Amino acid sequence: MIHNQTIIKERPAPSSSVGAVAWLRANLFNGPINTIFTLIGLYVLYFLVVPTVQWAFLNADWIGTTRDDCSREGACWVFINARFTQFIYGLYPREEIWRANIVFAGFFTLIAWLAIPRLPFKRWVAVFALVGFPIVAYVLLHGGYFDLPRVSTHRWGGLMLTLLLATVGMVGALPIGIVLALGRRSDMPIVKSFCVVFIEFWRGVPLITVLFMASVMLPLFLPSEMNVDRLVRALIGLTLFQSAYMAEVIRGGLQAIPKGQEEAAAALGMTYWKRMGLIVLPQALKMMIPGIVNTFISLFKDTTLVMIIGLFDLLGIVQAALADSRWLGFSLEGYVFAAFMFWIFCFSMSRYSQYLERKLHTGHKR
Amino acid sequence: MMNKKHLVLLASAGAITLAGVATAQADTLEDTLERGAVQCGVSDGLPGFSSPDDEGNWQGLDVDVCRAVAAAVLGDAEAVNYISLNAVERFTALQSGEVDVLSRNTTWTTTRDTTLGLNFTGVNFYDGQGFMVSRDLGISSASELDGAAICIQSGTTTELNLADYFRANGMEFDPIVFDTSEQTVGGFQAGRCDVLTSDTSQLAALRIQLDDPSSAMILPDVISKEPLGPVVRQGDDVWLNIVKWSLFAMINGEEYGVTSENAEEMLNSDNPDVARLLGQDGNYGEGMGLEADWAYNILSQVGNYGESFERNVGMGSPLEIERGVNALWNQGGFQYAPPIR
Repeated sequence: MIHNQTIIKERPAPSSSVGAVAWLRANLFNGPINTIFTLIGLYVLYFLVVPTVQWAFLNADWIGTTRDDCSREGACWVFINARFTQFIYGLYPREEIWRANIVFAGFFTLIAWLAIPRLPFKRWVAVFALVGFPIVAYVLLHGGYFDLPRVSTHRWGGLMLTLLLATVGMVGALPIGIVLALGRRSDMPIVKSFCVVFIEFWRGVPLITVLFMASVMLPLFLPSEMNVDRLVRALIGLTLFQSAYMAEVIRGGLQAIPKGQEEAAAALGMTYWKRMGLIVLPQALKMMIPGIVNTFISLFKDTTLVMIIGLFDLLGIVQAALADSRWLGFSLEGYVFAAFMFWIFCFSMSRYSQYLERKLHTGHKR
Repeated sequence: MMNKKHLVLLASAGAITLAGVATAQADTLEDTLERGAVQCGVSDGLPGFSSPDDEGNWQGLDVDVCRAVAAAVLGDAEAVNYISLNAVERFTALQSGEVDVLSRNTTWTTTRDTTLGLNFTGVNFYDGQGFMVSRDLGISSASELDGAAICIQSGTTTELNLADYFRANGMEFDPIVFDTSEQTVGGFQAGRCDVLTSDTSQLAALRIQLDDPSSAMILPDVISKEPLGPVVRQGDDVWLNIVKWSLFAMINGEEYGVTSENAEEMLNSDNPDVARLLGQDGNYGEGMGLEADWAYNILSQVGNYGESFERNVGMGSPLEIERGVNALWNQGGFQYAPPIR
């Protein structure tokens, strides 16, 4: 029977159901209402995108060194170009920038090493990143040792300062936050009340107040020969402030772990620190990745507040550059550049956290 | 409530005692010589007065005061640690000893001079509130502004001065208030107001930001007094003298025609005033604990007041502010320095 039948040859699907046309029909024009919305959307996009592209690219001026090289018809990226070194390193002396470059290179190498799973010696690299590298970075950036000229922290700035503030804040806030979160769940009344008071105090005041107190009031209370560096004051304020938020994020994670986990660990004879370190925290931290990264990203952006105490972070140095009488009137370009730089870092953090979530995914998600 | 009050009282009492301690101690000159740099507080960005240039060096009229002090004390105008301060923390930074000179477009007022434990050392810029109008209006004096729509930046004394001035002259105006200086310029440019008001030093900076700066002009009238000058801590009179006479040396230098270019030739000048100024006849730095060539160092490295003015805010800069009241006393302005002798 079968061999008598002619088998119909394979034919391509009708052109109306594959390719771009079909996709458009299925997703954008399937019905009168969607068609109308699509058209409205296209119209709005046209009016947003075309002028933006024209301003930022087509009519923009890229080459030159002074404001006279700008036609003012589009963006004047000459301004960013002329000030780029300053935006990255602040007022760091030009002839010493190689030191900052080494620190930058070390910083990104270490991060990449820790982030790429294939590379070996993770543990040792992590120890170096947390212990050795900060010392190396301090010696290089600040100088005063090994014949390196001293560069006062007043001259640090730009992206370098933003990264420094954010990194120290994150690295400091996470462990302090973990300890505070554990302390708040503790049965010991003194530890518990200390943690509660600490967290509630720091969460109760705005960061801008903390920075202000650190920069304006603290010097008046300290004896005048004890002059704590302004950057150090800002770093301490920022870290303590963020650790309170971090503590609450982590406590949320701790509470989501069923009590049975800890009880089972206790039944096996584990001590408190083993129960926490091996059973509870690994599960809690993994679950809290979105919350932790959220806090990190907001910390990264909060660093711009140090501007009010006269430190030139990325945004601060852009604003200082806008006050140069030779470059007046390019605020839009300056702010777009600052926003773009912040977006790069925040977006990378966000992508990495998503990758981390997938990697650590062990089926607790439904 | 009670507790809070107590805390505040305690805090301010502590602050005052400690500020007192800070002012009582310290030989600022000795500390500066030991450190090898002058700690100078400047604005975190004010066109023409203090801002970093493309190379990252601070420049401006206020910055030149810091450089003059460094040249006088240390013989090197570059030996300055610049500390950028905002308006609120500037006095604390000075009181607490974080900076030794505050040169940050600070208006000299009674309250600041008498209650904060500070001393003003002179005036390096006579500022005051002025008006910018569009040239098309054909107005030449502020007295013709009756009924005008005026763009102002909110939250500044500018608003109060303006109301006072118009009331005193029996005129009406329509205020249009903006939050930032950029918005104010934007409003002026878009034609929402006929007039923009701000301090004259700022008007010049705002004018550059217009698409066509030549379409607007700054009226000659000034309706408020804003003398800006360097400030030091009270209680160290030697240091006060040094900062005061550093500025005077710049002004005297202009009066006697000593510039950064001709300072070396002027060392051989026959003019007794110049000889005394440059330390060729007597040592006038001695009373301040300085070398005889203190003023020579200032004038050769920083330049005289006129040079500094032209370079930073005057015709040699994009701001193009007229000398006006900041001209020397013998050229129709207020800048007058006591003689060096």
